[in-house]
Amino acid sequence: MFVRLVYESFRRQKRRKLLAGAAITLGVTVATAMIAVATDIGDKINRELRTIGSNLVVTPQEDSLDVEIGGVNLKPPSDGAFLDEADLPKIKGIFWANNITGFAPMLPVNTAIGPSVNQQDGKRQDVTLLGTYFAKQLSFGTDEFTTGVRSTHQWWKVSGAWPDDSSRDVLLGERLAGRLGEKSGDEITVAGRELRVSGILSTGGGEDDEIVAPLGLAQEILGRPGAVRRIYVSALTKPEDAFARRDPKSMSGPIYDRWYCSPYPQSIAFQLAEAIPHSQAEQIRQVSQNEGAVLTRIEGLIFLITLAALLASALAVSAAMATTIFERRAEVGLMKALGAGKLAIASIFFAEATLLAAIGGLAGFGVGSLLAHQIGRSIFNSEISIPPVLLPVILAIAVMVTFAGSAAAIRRAVGLDPVFALRGEL
Amino acid sequence: MSLSGSNAGISAAAREVAADRAHGPHTSMFLRMLVRAAVLRRGRAVSALFAMVVAAAVATAMLNLYVDVQAKLRREFRNYGANIILVGRDGASLPSDALARVDSVLGGRGIAAPFGLVVARTSDGQAIVVAGTDFDRVRQLDRWWSVSRWPAENAARQFIDMTHYENQHPRPAAQGAAWVARLGSSPALIGVRALAVVAPTDQPFELSFQGRVLRVTPAGAVQTGAAEDSRIYLSLADFVAWTGMQPSTIEVAASGSPEEVSAIMNQLAQAIPAGEVRPVRQIMEGEARVLGKTRATLLAAASLIILTAALCVLSTLMGWVFDRRRDFAIMKALGASEGLLIGFFAAEAAVLGATGALMGYVVGIGIAAWIGRVNFHASVMPRLSVLPMVLAGSMAVTLLSAILPISLLRRVQPAVILRGE
Repeated sequence: MFVRLVYESFRRQKRRKLLAGAAITLGVTVATAMIAVATDIGDKINRELRTIGSNLVVTPQEDSLDVEIGGVNLKPPSDGAFLDEADLPKIKGIFWANNITGFAPMLPVNTAIGPSVNQQDGKRQDVTLLGTYFAKQLSFGTDEFTTGVRSTHQWWKVSGAWPDDSSRDVLLGERLAGRLGEKSGDEITVAGRELRVSGILSTGGGEDDEIVAPLGLAQEILGRPGAVRRIYVSALTKPEDAFARRDPKSMSGPIYDRWYCSPYPQSIAFQLAEAIPHSQAEQIRQVSQNEGAVLTRIEGLIFLITLAALLASALAVSAAMATTIFERRAEVGLMKALGAGKLAIASIFFAEATLLAAIGGLAGFGVGSLLAHQIGRSIFNSEISIPPVLLPVILAIAVMVTFAGSAAAIRRAVGLDPVFALRGEL
Repeated sequence: MSLSGSNAGISAAAREVAADRAHGPHTSMFLRMLVRAAVLRRGRAVSALFAMVVAAAVATAMLNLYVDVQAKLRREFRNYGANIILVGRDGASLPSDALARVDSVLGGRGIAAPFGLVVARTSDGQAIVVAGTDFDRVRQLDRWWSVSRWPAENAARQFIDMTHYENQHPRPAAQGAAWVARLGSSPALIGVRALAVVAPTDQPFELSFQGRVLRVTPAGAVQTGAAEDSRIYLSLADFVAWTGMQPSTIEVAASGSPEEVSAIMNQLAQAIPAGEVRPVRQIMEGEARVLGKTRATLLAAASLIILTAALCVLSTLMGWVFDRRRDFAIMKALGASEGLLIGFFAAEAAVLGATGALMGYVVGIGIAAWIGRVNFHASVMPRLSVLPMVLAGSMAVTLLSAILPISLLRRVQPAVILRGE
């Protein structure tokens, strides 16, 4: 009888059930989409913040001081220590390898440019040539990946073409190109080698006065195969807190493990220094310190807004449920007149509410996932992943909210005098 | 049937009431029906108003945040330091009044710090970059510098004094070293990597530049993870006195929208023709991207929430109006025209919408202010421009939710409704 009552109520009152179901679906859709966006926003904004540049730098342990002003490197070429290019792929082998979005090795070489065809005076000019990866194919174990300045230094703009990492093409800084009167496609003479300029580089920084070349070419000019001066690493990190700043040497076992397994800039730097022999890794404070603040603000904002969304959808669901139950006073009166107890009537309504919540919740979860997906695609150009663990949570919330929304209305309906209810005088 | 039976009894009472009303104040029937409808069905009216207030509050808070979040986040981005760099052309020094001119262009819309850079040598011949700057300004501009102790000194004042002094008394070239010696020992901020090379024990040391020797006392260490770690920072006054060079770079953190920043760049280029103005592109681009994405996310969230809230209001109000189909039927049976009926329900909806919107606006401003305080540690300015939007939106939703059921009921015979079918 109970089952039949519920079944018939769904069969006969399609319009009402559809309305209530639609309200629940909408509420769950908004809740799912917002929770999915809120859980993923940190990662998405973190990736956007990588536009500002790398947040970690790896340098040789025994390095001498940098002597560099405005893109001109005054350090004697033989001076200081180098890292080994062969160690670079090991960066992808650290514990937080998946958080490394890219890295770029740098090798500045002091050299001379000229004489060239375009220069009338035929004089040689001192210039810094910077060797790096543009978009180099590397592999670590079975892991294939592409890395270089095109992913770590996204503000670099090239008019012309990016050189290939194995070619002998170079980029010419725009101010240097302006002084020399060269343009892309021209040949220049650097350290006695004829090189083709594939494009003009504009960065707004010191590189505008430099030549940027594939790493192999810079090593060849320097005469030190495999040498790398420093590595810029872009990593997705968690805003640092007091725990992050503690010295790992002073930590005991489990605390050390927790520190090591948190993606703080400090712990990723620590792991980088472990992975690359004779190196030290540091956070670039301008980038890493500030992104923590920006990230915290945006995450906090979206979190508060998600709360507002949850509240709004809960209200919408309660309002819809209250309306549908209120419309069925006559039915309640009839059941009571036939001798149904309060408990029996309440359980029918609650069973209906649970069924509605389950159906609406499932539909809402599906639509919400699509919506989150769409938001991710259109705003961030990347997927927003929805953890499957969210489904039971969302369903539980949907049932709870539907229950809470119905409770007051059910109590009122059950408390009605059947006579008045049947005469429609309420 | 019961109506006709007790007709005589009622008519006496009705006459009394009518007489009473004739002497009472003349309120229009229309107004009285509006008020009585709300008072008599208090519960449902309150719940409809509550839904309206919540919806309007959420909409106000979201719109207010949407308008304000850019300004709030921009302030966070200014902590990244300079977004404009002014350098002397081809590495030359900037004119000595450049900083004052930059300040007058900025007029409080940002902060600028001068930097002079030279390569000096330590007593054992190690080349090292020495910079002169204004510590007070750097402290505000480059907040990420991790400094053990800032050299205490009012550098800005000395800078002005020294400039005046030099303008009036050109320095005799032969007296260079002796002239500098009078300055005594200069407190310096030393990069952590430089510190390990020049003063591992924090002892004073000497630097020489073009034959002039300067005695430097380490006052504190600076760590940034970038080029600063290999440098020595002197106060600008000491730097100018020692090297005889004016700063060659001014780093500017200009606040405001991209348009305002590029306007400031144009003004700077005009004010200091000897300098070259460059944007710090990674900061500008990163800021634009993050702000754009955040705003887009916020917009998506705001539209979803406002849509949900509007639908909540719609369903509540429609339920309310639908419940009053008996009122509707009686009025119609008594001969009210359809126009009047729609006008009545529309007026009711409009009053509800306006009241809800106003109350919701106040609550929403409160929510926005609270979010501003909790999340950004700054107040979110109440935007009056949001009010008309919220008001119009609320009225539209309430009118829609009143008109929709009425237009459905219009086609039904009043008798059918009154018989409860």
